[in-house]
Amino acid sequence: MIKVEWFYWLCGIFFVLIAAQVINDRSNPKRIGSAAFWGILGLSFGYGTFVVNKQAPSWLLGIAVIGLALLAGAGFPGRGKERTTSPEERMRFADRFGNKLFLPALVIPVVAAIFGAWLAKVHVSDGKLLLQSGSATIIGLGVASLLALAVGMVLLKPKSPAVPMHEGRRLLEHIGWTAILPQMLATLGLLFNASGVGTAVGRVTDHLIPKGSLIAAVALYCIGMAVFTIIMGNAFAAFPVMTAAVGWPLLVQQFDGTPAVVFAIGMLAGFCGTLCTPMAANFNLVPAALLEMKDQYGPIKAQVPTAVPLLACNIVLMYVFAF
Amino acid sequence: MWVLLAIAVVVVGFALRLNSMLVVTAAGIVAGLIGGLSPVKILNAFGDGFAGSRSVTVFIVTLPVIGLIERYGLQHQARKLIGKLKVMTTGRLLAVYLLIRQGTAALGLTSIGGPAQAVRPLIHPMAAGAAERRYGSLSERVQEKIKGFAASADTVGLFFGEDIFVAIGSILLITGFVDTTYGLHLEAIDIALWAIPTGICALLIHGVRLFLLDRQLDKLAAEDQANAKEVAQ
Repeated sequence: MIKVEWFYWLCGIFFVLIAAQVINDRSNPKRIGSAAFWGILGLSFGYGTFVVNKQAPSWLLGIAVIGLALLAGAGFPGRGKERTTSPEERMRFADRFGNKLFLPALVIPVVAAIFGAWLAKVHVSDGKLLLQSGSATIIGLGVASLLALAVGMVLLKPKSPAVPMHEGRRLLEHIGWTAILPQMLATLGLLFNASGVGTAVGRVTDHLIPKGSLIAAVALYCIGMAVFTIIMGNAFAAFPVMTAAVGWPLLVQQFDGTPAVVFAIGMLAGFCGTLCTPMAANFNLVPAALLEMKDQYGPIKAQVPTAVPLLACNIVLMYVFAF
Repeated sequence: MWVLLAIAVVVVGFALRLNSMLVVTAAGIVAGLIGGLSPVKILNAFGDGFAGSRSVTVFIVTLPVIGLIERYGLQHQARKLIGKLKVMTTGRLLAVYLLIRQGTAALGLTSIGGPAQAVRPLIHPMAAGAAERRYGSLSERVQEKIKGFAASADTVGLFFGEDIFVAIGSILLITGFVDTTYGLHLEAIDIALWAIPTGICALLIHGVRLFLLDRQLDKLAAEDQANAKEVAQ
């Protein structure tokens, strides 16, 4: 069986190799701290396997993670001088390779789709799934990237096998610590839950609940989902809290709404919140870093004018179809 | 109730644009301490949270190959290709991508797109190429606008497409939570079907905004030209 942990180790090895490159990169003014950042990150990915399997203490990884946050706060990782081709060289290469350049880029979605749609359901001889259950997408992305890299190497024949590592580092150094912000936010969600932030917000919502007005209750559920999601960065965290406070007791029990409609649209109202929040870093801040944007809130600014009318649509749809 | 202070830490931290990693770490520690967790438990939560969420960082394994093909002129080729398709303006191109992204996500093919594997190497260079054909060199604010909208087409398409697919996490969370908590027996397919009306609204709203993006870019580019002339005089 193909395990997802293998691909976390692949990520870990990638980060460690980056650290090794960075420490030798004299053009990077912050090379020691930057190498420490990527190195600790790489080791944390491997150590995480033992944490998930309960074979090693979590607190040690917790210290490493807080160390990463402090390094980020101190301005690490920094960037070295880019060693890549000039725009003129790239023009010449584009003329030479033409549309073949798209081939490696297209291998990724095609292979990932094969894994997600087909291999995810394939069983090996003893009745077990070929791919670890629930992880087909991640495994697919990992395999697809390796295959695409192989295709790219054969097609483009770079002078040294280290070229893709240097190019990968170029992109990773642009992303910087934003790369692991989504994981920090997942941790925050965990701590929020353990310390009762959810129940506290639920209690606040209780005070806002209007008596007897259906449209007000629908609006409260949808807007509550969106606002809670903006705070927590994840509609999944908002759903149980808002549903326990409003969705179930008011909309389903008191107003006799159809559960499937109420809950489906309620979750989508939460997604409108996800479009607006830096707390959903993997959807909003990481793309800004990947595209080398000056304004890290650029994608959010492009999405808010869609999210607001869409939230209104959700309120209307739920009001019309659920009751 | 004091635990809500942790939310205040996040809001104030993000509003002041302090380093997000520090803000999030501080908020987590504040929440844990007010919530009565011991320091070891807080450290454990940081470790468990990090280990359990490694899947969101796996996109970095695409970076070496993306960087490699960029080195050999991928973005230039994408621009050349879009230069031949004269009907494809920035807005129309992103609208088509929104439709493809949402449609494939609704079939469960969520990993087809994404900022690392599609937007950076393909969608953004084409969108920028279409704009360059129309306006010549692009000012920073025009570039930023195109980047923001390219990212948004991917995210909106994903969010409001994936929920139409039955076996996606959010639907399983809904059925799992309400079935165990309230003793209902919801069918995943019903939840998925009721995601379709919102999906259509999302496609219409964001699609129209992408078509209008062309006019916005026209205006910005005209202003930039006027400014450039003023400076020249």
